[in-house]
Amino acid sequence: MSTLTTHPAAEPTGVRALAKRLSLHLDTLPTAAAVVIFIGMIIYGEAAYGRIVQFNTLSNLLINNAHLIILAVGLTFVILTGGIDLSVGAVIAFSSVAGVMLINAGWNPWLAMALMVLIGTAFGTVSGILIQHFHVQPFIATLAMMFLGRGLASILSTVPERLADESPLRSLGTQIEIYDGPKVDDIVITPGVIIAAIVVAAAFFVLHRTRTGRTVYAIGGSEQSAALMGLPVAATKMWVYIISGTLAGLAAVVYTARLGSAQNITGIGWELDAIAATVIGGTLLTGGAGFVLGSVVGALVLGLMNVLITRDGGIPPEATTIITGGILLVFVLLQRAVLARRRE
Amino acid sequence: MTATRPVVEMSAITVEFSGVRVLDDVDLTLYPGEVHALMGENGAGKSTLIGALAGTVPIRSGEVRIEGEERTPAGVARSRAEGIATVFQETHLSPHLTVAENVMIGNEVRGTFGIDWKANRARAAEVLARLGLDDLDPRSPLSALSPAVKQLVAVARALVLEPRVLILDEPTSSLDAAEVHTLLRVVRGLRDHGVAVLFVSHFIEQVFDVADRMTVLRGGRFVGEFPADELDRAELISKMIGEDIDALKALRSERLAHHYCASGEPTLRASELGRRGTLDPTDIELSRGEIVGLAGLNGSGRSELARLMGGAERADSGEIWMDGVRVQLRSPGAALRRRVALSTENLRDEGIIRGLTARENIVLALQAMRGWSRPLSAGERAGLVETYLDTLHLSPDDIDRPVEELSGGTQQKVLLARLLATRPHVLILDEPTRGIDIGAKLDIQRRVARLAGEGVAVVFISSQMEEVVRLSDRIVVLKDREKIGELSNGPGVTVDTIVEMIAADLDGESEELFGHDCDTGLVSVKQFTLNCSR
Repeated sequence: MSTLTTHPAAEPTGVRALAKRLSLHLDTLPTAAAVVIFIGMIIYGEAAYGRIVQFNTLSNLLINNAHLIILAVGLTFVILTGGIDLSVGAVIAFSSVAGVMLINAGWNPWLAMALMVLIGTAFGTVSGILIQHFHVQPFIATLAMMFLGRGLASILSTVPERLADESPLRSLGTQIEIYDGPKVDDIVITPGVIIAAIVVAAAFFVLHRTRTGRTVYAIGGSEQSAALMGLPVAATKMWVYIISGTLAGLAAVVYTARLGSAQNITGIGWELDAIAATVIGGTLLTGGAGFVLGSVVGALVLGLMNVLITRDGGIPPEATTIITGGILLVFVLLQRAVLARRRE
Repeated sequence: MTATRPVVEMSAITVEFSGVRVLDDVDLTLYPGEVHALMGENGAGKSTLIGALAGTVPIRSGEVRIEGEERTPAGVARSRAEGIATVFQETHLSPHLTVAENVMIGNEVRGTFGIDWKANRARAAEVLARLGLDDLDPRSPLSALSPAVKQLVAVARALVLEPRVLILDEPTSSLDAAEVHTLLRVVRGLRDHGVAVLFVSHFIEQVFDVADRMTVLRGGRFVGEFPADELDRAELISKMIGEDIDALKALRSERLAHHYCASGEPTLRASELGRRGTLDPTDIELSRGEIVGLAGLNGSGRSELARLMGGAERADSGEIWMDGVRVQLRSPGAALRRRVALSTENLRDEGIIRGLTARENIVLALQAMRGWSRPLSAGERAGLVETYLDTLHLSPDDIDRPVEELSGGTQQKVLLARLLATRPHVLILDEPTRGIDIGAKLDIQRRVARLAGEGVAVVFISSQMEEVVRLSDRIVVLKDREKIGELSNGPGVTVDTIVEMIAADLDGESEELFGHDCDTGLVSVKQFTLNCSR
C-alpha cells in the first residue's frame, strides 16, 4: 500500500527529482514565481533605466517599504486562516496621529511609542472578539474597525502633525551606513528596517515552529477539521487578529519615524497594498497555504514597481494602481493554475 | 476482565437536535482491555453517541463518567486531554498540512527552537509503520493521499496520544482487505495492552472478528448490551433492524412477481456516452416502467453515468435519444424540460436548498420549468404539497420548517417530491437511501417500486447492493469507470452474483481487492460483506 516512496534505490534523478519535489510542495510555486518576477523586474529595470542594481537603490527600497513589510506579515497571519483585516491602514492613521500628538504634548516618547503599538493591539483585539465571539464576518468586522479608526484619527486632527527633528521617535528613522560605497552608492539601513527584519524572523518562527502557527495553517485548510483535531481554534483565531493589529501599530511607529509627521489621511488603501503583497507572495486568499517570506517578496515587488514607474517618467503615477492590479491578476491566475494541478 | 472497573460509563444519554430526539436514554459502558462494538443501522445514533463521548455533540441529559469521575466532555481538545482518542467517520484532518503534522500536531515533540520537525517526522513514521505505512513519506502533503491512507493517518494520530480509550467510527470503510487485516491486528494489540476500544462498523464480519462485547442501538434507543459470543449474526441483524426486515422481504417478493417486458422504443437510450477521465463510453437503455439498477464499487462510474444522463455533467462523447428523438442534455434544466429528473448523491449540497422551507423546496423544480413569468398559484402549490405529504408520509409539522433542520430521510423525501412534481419520464436516483433511517429507507424503496408501476423509467444507484437487487428489473454492472455487464434480475440473482461478476472481470487482480479468507468463510470488499458459500 505504498503511496509515496523514499526507497533510495527507486529515487529518480535530475529533472524528474526536481519535478517530484515540486509536486510535493506545489504550494511553494506562487512564491517561487514571485521571486522570479522580482528578479525579472530588477533586470528589466537595470536594462531599461539603469542604476537599479545599486546599493542605495536597494537600500532605499527596504527603508521605504519597511512599514509595508510589517503590515504584510500581519496580514499574512490573518489571510492564512481564511480571514481578512481591512482596518490596518486606519489603525496606522489613528495610532500615528495619537502618538505624535502625545509626544508634542510632552509625553515620554518611548511611552508614546509603546502606546502606538498598543492602540494597534486594542483594535486587533476588538476585531478578534467581533469575529470569534460574535461570529461577524471578518470582512465586515474589520471594515467597521477601519471606519472607526479613520473616524477617531479625524477627530484628533485633520492637519499634519509634525514631530520635532530631535525626537527619539525620529531616531528610529536615522540612516545607518553599513557600507560606504563609491559616491552615494552605500548600503544604508534604518532601525525601522531592523525592526521589520525581526518581525519577519519572529513570524517565520511562529508559523513554522510553534503549534499556534501550524494551527493557523490548519484553520485555513478546514476550520472544522482543525477543531475536530483538538486544536485551539478559537484562541488562535483571536491571536491572528491581535497580531495583525499589533503589527499595524508597529508599522505606524516605523512609518512615522521615517516621515516625521502624521496625518489622519495616512494609510488610505494600505490594507489593500498589504493584501496585494500577501497574495503576490503566494498566500491563497482562501487560506491554508502561503509563506510569510513570500509576503516580504510581495511587498518588495510593489515597492520596486513604484521605483520603476518613477524612473520611467513616461508612465503617469496614476497608472500605478492599474499596473498593481494587473500584476495581482497575473498572480491570482497563477494560483488558480496551481490549485487546478493539485486537484488532479 | 469484567471484574475491573469500567473506564467509561455513559448513562441515560439523551441528545436532541432541533427538537428531534436523536438519542433517547442510551447507556454505554467501556472496560479497559476490551473491544466494544457499537452496532445499529444508519441513523440509529451511533455517530451521535460517539460525538457525545468525544465532546463534539452537546448532551441534553444523562451522565458521562470517566474512571468513575463525572465529566462533561466539551470539545475534542478536552477529550484528548482525558485520554480519549477519536477517529471520526469523516476523516477530519488538515488537507494543507503534511502527514507528519497531521499525525503529531497537538502532541508535537519540541526542541529548543520550537517544534523539532525531524523528531516529529521520526515519531510519525514510527506510528505509521505500526499501521503498515512504512513506505509513506511523512513530508508528503495530506491532500496527495487516497481516502484509505488518509483514514489510516487519522488512526495514527489517535495512536500517538497513547490513549486509554480509542474510538473508531467506521475505520475500515475505505480500506482494502490487507489494510483491514493490519488495522484489526493493531486493535487487538491495543486491547491486549489494556486500552478500551470502541469500534463502530457496518461490516458485521469484522465486528465478530474482533469484538468482545456489543451494544445495539435502534432508532436512537438502546436495545441491549451483549457479549459477542452470545449473539449470532442473524440475531444481531434482527436486533438492529427490528420488524422492518419482513417488510423488506415482502418488497423483494413483490418486485420479483412484477415481470417486466420491455416493448417498443426505449424511453432513454444512450450510446457511447462518456466523459474523459470519469467514464468510458457506455451504452445504456431505459424503458417505461422499468427499474434499472447501477451496481458497482466506489469509483466505478455509477454516479458519473447518472450525472451524464441527468445533464449535470457535459458528455465528451456519445449521444442520447429519448423516445427515438435525438436530444442534447446540456444542463439539468435542459434535462428537466425533457422530463429527466436527477437526484444526485450529494443531497445536502446539490439537492435540497438549505435555506428554504420544505414546501418551497418541493415546488421549486416545477416552478423552474414553468419559468418566472408564470408563477404557480397558492392553490396549485398547496395542492402539490398536499399530494406529496400524503404519498411520501411527510409530517405536516415539517413542511414549513427550514429543510436543513429536518432529518436526512425527510430531506431525501422532499427532494423526491420536488422531482416527482415535474412528472418525469425518467427518474435517476443516486444513493437515495444513504445515511437515512430505516423507516424512510423503506418508504423510499416502496415509492420507487410504485413509480415503476406508474410508468416511470427509474435508474437506481445504491452502495448497498441488497437494495439494488431488491428493486431492479435489470442490473447494469460497472467497474473502474466502464460498464462490464448487464443482467436481468430474477429469483436466482443475489448480491453474490454481482460480486462474482465484478471479481471475474479482475483477471487475477482479485487477490488484491478481495481478501478471501475461507477459514472464517468471509469475503470483504470495500462497501459490503457477504459470506462465501462453503
